Amino acid sequence: MSAVVFDRVSKRYGAMTAVDNVSFEIAAGTLVTLLGPSGCGKTTTLRLIAGLEHANSGRILIGGIDVTALSPAERDVSMVFQSYALFPHLSVLDNVCYGLRSTHVPKRQAVEQAMARLDLVGLTGLEHRLPSELSGGQQQRVALARAMVLEPKVLLFDEPLSNLDARLRRRVRDDIRGLQQSLGLTVVYVTHDQSEALAISDRIIVMNNARIAQDSTPRALYETPADRFVVDFMGEASILPVQVTAVDGDIAQVRFGEATLSLPRRGLDIGEAELAIRPHTVHLSADSDGLRGTIRRAVYGGDHMEYDVTISGFEETVFVVDTNVAAPLASGRTVGVTFSPLGLSLLPAATPP
Amino acid sequence: MTWLALGWIGLLLLPWYAGAPLPRSAVLEAWDGRIWLWPLLLPMLLASSVRPRHQVIAGVLGIAWLVLESTLIGHKGWTIDVPAALGQPEQAPLGWGALAFALACGASLAQGLARLGYGGGQVFVTGSLLTIGGSILVFVFWPILTVLASAVRDDAGTFAPLLFLTKLTDPSIWGLGCLTGGHCGVAWNTVALAILVGAVTTLLGLAFALLAIRTAMPLKPLVRGLSLLPIITPPFVIGLALILLFGRAGMVTNFLASHAGIPRSRWIYGLWGISIAQVLAFTPVAFMILVGVLRGVSPSLEEASRTLRASSWRTFNTVTWPLMRPGLANAFLIGFVESLADFANPLVIGGNFNVLSTEIFFAVVGAAHDQGRAAVLALILLTFTLAAFAAQRSWLGRARYTTLTGKGDAGMHATLPRALTVLCVVGVVPWLLLTVAVYGTILVGGFVEQIGRDNTPTLRYFLTAFGVDHGVGGWFLSGSAWPSFLTTAKLSLIAMPITAALGVLTAYLLDRIRFRGRNIFEFATMMSFAIPGTVIGIGYILTFNVGPIQLTGTGAIIVAAFVFRNMPVGIRAGLASLSQIDRSLDEASLMLRAGPASTLGRVILPLLRPAIVAAMTYSFVRAMTAVSAVIFLVTGGYNLATVYIVGRADVGEYGIAIVYSAVLIVFMMLVLVTIDAVVGEARLGRRDVRTTEMPLVPS
Repeated sequence: MSAVVFDRVSKRYGAMTAVDNVSFEIAAGTLVTLLGPSGCGKTTTLRLIAGLEHANSGRILIGGIDVTALSPAERDVSMVFQSYALFPHLSVLDNVCYGLRSTHVPKRQAVEQAMARLDLVGLTGLEHRLPSELSGGQQQRVALARAMVLEPKVLLFDEPLSNLDARLRRRVRDDIRGLQQSLGLTVVYVTHDQSEALAISDRIIVMNNARIAQDSTPRALYETPADRFVVDFMGEASILPVQVTAVDGDIAQVRFGEATLSLPRRGLDIGEAELAIRPHTVHLSADSDGLRGTIRRAVYGGDHMEYDVTISGFEETVFVVDTNVAAPLASGRTVGVTFSPLGLSLLPAATPP
Repeated sequence: MTWLALGWIGLLLLPWYAGAPLPRSAVLEAWDGRIWLWPLLLPMLLASSVRPRHQVIAGVLGIAWLVLESTLIGHKGWTIDVPAALGQPEQAPLGWGALAFALACGASLAQGLARLGYGGGQVFVTGSLLTIGGSILVFVFWPILTVLASAVRDDAGTFAPLLFLTKLTDPSIWGLGCLTGGHCGVAWNTVALAILVGAVTTLLGLAFALLAIRTAMPLKPLVRGLSLLPIITPPFVIGLALILLFGRAGMVTNFLASHAGIPRSRWIYGLWGISIAQVLAFTPVAFMILVGVLRGVSPSLEEASRTLRASSWRTFNTVTWPLMRPGLANAFLIGFVESLADFANPLVIGGNFNVLSTEIFFAVVGAAHDQGRAAVLALILLTFTLAAFAAQRSWLGRARYTTLTGKGDAGMHATLPRALTVLCVVGVVPWLLLTVAVYGTILVGGFVEQIGRDNTPTLRYFLTAFGVDHGVGGWFLSGSAWPSFLTTAKLSLIAMPITAALGVLTAYLLDRIRFRGRNIFEFATMMSFAIPGTVIGIGYILTFNVGPIQLTGTGAIIVAAFVFRNMPVGIRAGLASLSQIDRSLDEASLMLRAGPASTLGRVILPLLRPAIVAAMTYSFVRAMTAVSAVIFLVTGGYNLATVYIVGRADVGEYGIAIVYSAVLIVFMMLVLVTIDAVVGEARLGRRDVRTTEMPLVPS
């Protein structure tokens, strides 16, 4: 059974629609990420699950129960806030016990359970500190323990790593994923950082303009993005106009300048289309294999080179990242351009605005 | 369900009327012929229903019928004209039974509304809204409406629009005789005074703020002292001191008469005296507003101007000054409104120069005893005040340049042009000297025989006012000031927690709860701040003297006046602190299965403790120094310190008046300092415990 079901849910603030007719299901025991730029509706979606916002239309089910009209306290969910929202006047232990005491768990039992969670997140010995006496990473783990101690059906994370420095971010991310997998938790996770989403998720729901842009596994999202927005959002990519000349089953023959490529068809028909090219997929060589290109700009990046390349027959430049730092190619020279097929994806032609 | 039981107790057991010859319940009274009480049973029966709609209807019906029957039938029969066939019923004012019944109806309404989804479905929210809204209706709006209603009626109580127009356009109010050498109407006097005072306090406050913030002068300690002065000073004290200094027999007058041969005159009694007193009293308020405004001007804007080759004059003229203009308008309007509402200084030092607030007072207590005229004057005063507040809101709404953002904004404020610094000093120094003279006079004047004339030290006045004697029954407080002092302290102490609780609860609802009608609720709660004390005072005596709720002569009416006059201070303190508390804390608490009441108690209130202490302190101190509203409400049994002092000064017993004022000022200073120390101590103490008990070992 799905742990969370969103059934045609909409949320409006006055004339502004924050979530527009969104439907999805989240399977129990999985970690699903809501990903998108700021203002895309991902946080509102999370708050709708939490019950901190109420939908204007549609139904929300948690554990098979319709919770659309219920208050946060009546739903079996917990949340880790972006600011952690630790109560500054309560000790670490009292913070973790707070939810248990709200539900009238006897004091001794509450303390026992809280200590078990604090142990789980590695904070034993700090339970009498005030939140202000902990480091950012420790505060993060208190917030996690506080949310987990209620053993909710669904655990919600609202950009939990945004207040941590870059090195700590990767460690806490792996900790969260580890706990989620070993305890079999259902987690809904909001972030705007695509690499964080790719690393942590079983499934990613990309949102844009209050709607779902794509809902798939991390790998499918990166390799077969649904549209230009998803391509752009999931990382650097150059987009060039191409022609689909023939289709055969799932394969399309694509004329790309002077070359012809065979690519997954992705529902396209013969005619105009676009090709998204990831920077790592392009190989430049000093001899003239493949297409002919000209280096327009070369930038040294430490462990890699960055090039802007124009391919003959196109005005647009293609952004290329090359790990060959030993023999860099000079700006202005002509090169041969070849591709590995994994980082190329066909997109429908952009509709003129 | 306990509420339902309370409703039945109110109807069946508790005495329904107050002051009736026999304390009998509503049902017995109804049985005895007061048949209009029977319908009260219906809502209580309906409230037993479990359906929310029924509970709402029961609550509304119960309250509506209670209001109708108790206002339509008074102690002398019908209060409106009815056909004779309806008989001549009469009834006493409402008692405990009626209060219990009204509470039960409110509870039923709150429960029903919550279950219909209003206020987020929380009984706590709907209940709080109804409690606060209901008490504001009864203690703010009803008195104001009574004033309006009695303004358009004649003495017999019938609607008399023509008489109202006559009173409204009376030449004693609107006359312009002073332009041709005669006397001007009281309305013009009031407005002229208010404009003068508003302008001067703004300029002086600005000069002081510029010196304090934009120069290297060591004025920081003065800043804190100045911000305390208007809070701890009873409003009439400055007028009193001015008389002692500049009156016909005043110290300065004596000195000038004997040494410089300047003849004695009564120039201080009138426009000059009132303006000087009000300028002295209200400049600290303008100063505090303008300090805030000056600090809000981002230094980097001024630095940008300097790097663009602007001189310090040009920078001040083209950047600082325009950015400050909305703040100046605000300071002016506050000074204007304070002057309009000031009652005590015109009373003490006004002489023949009448303003609206004193005219209202004399219309009620004077020989004429014309409540209709008082109501008309109150109406005019209220209109002026509300117009000023409306102007303030619309100006500030349009032109507010908040240049300080949440981000750290490093940089140094530009220093003041030299000429401007000199100008500011020239303006500020006389004001400072006068302030020192005034407070010196008050603190010293009560401990000498006759200040200025006979400076022999004496404890005579102090002992008369605050003597403690040993008699037959042991020690007792023999001083004449003790009863009023203790009464004031007691009533202020009672009002203190109520004011703080209502204020902070209101702030919480306004800041954190989304409910329909929020704007109206905010307007209503802030309304009592805008109403001059005299208007509230006259409203209270008109409303609670006769009619269903009789409070005149009790301490309760004074406590009510304190609470609803000072509640906005609590609301502001609460709102300011709440804006510092991240909303996600509330949400986290909600997610952790705690309801709004529990969240308020376990998270918000502990974090709001400083705001609550501040609200309680200010409410106590303001209550101790209040004059305008309560001067109408004091009785023999409940005399108040301020009213007692004004009375002493009125009959020329300046010694006791001054000694009493000095004691009040010192007492309140002590209260403030103690609370400050205790609160500061508590915070320090906790930090000490933390560092000693829990050494910060890295984990």
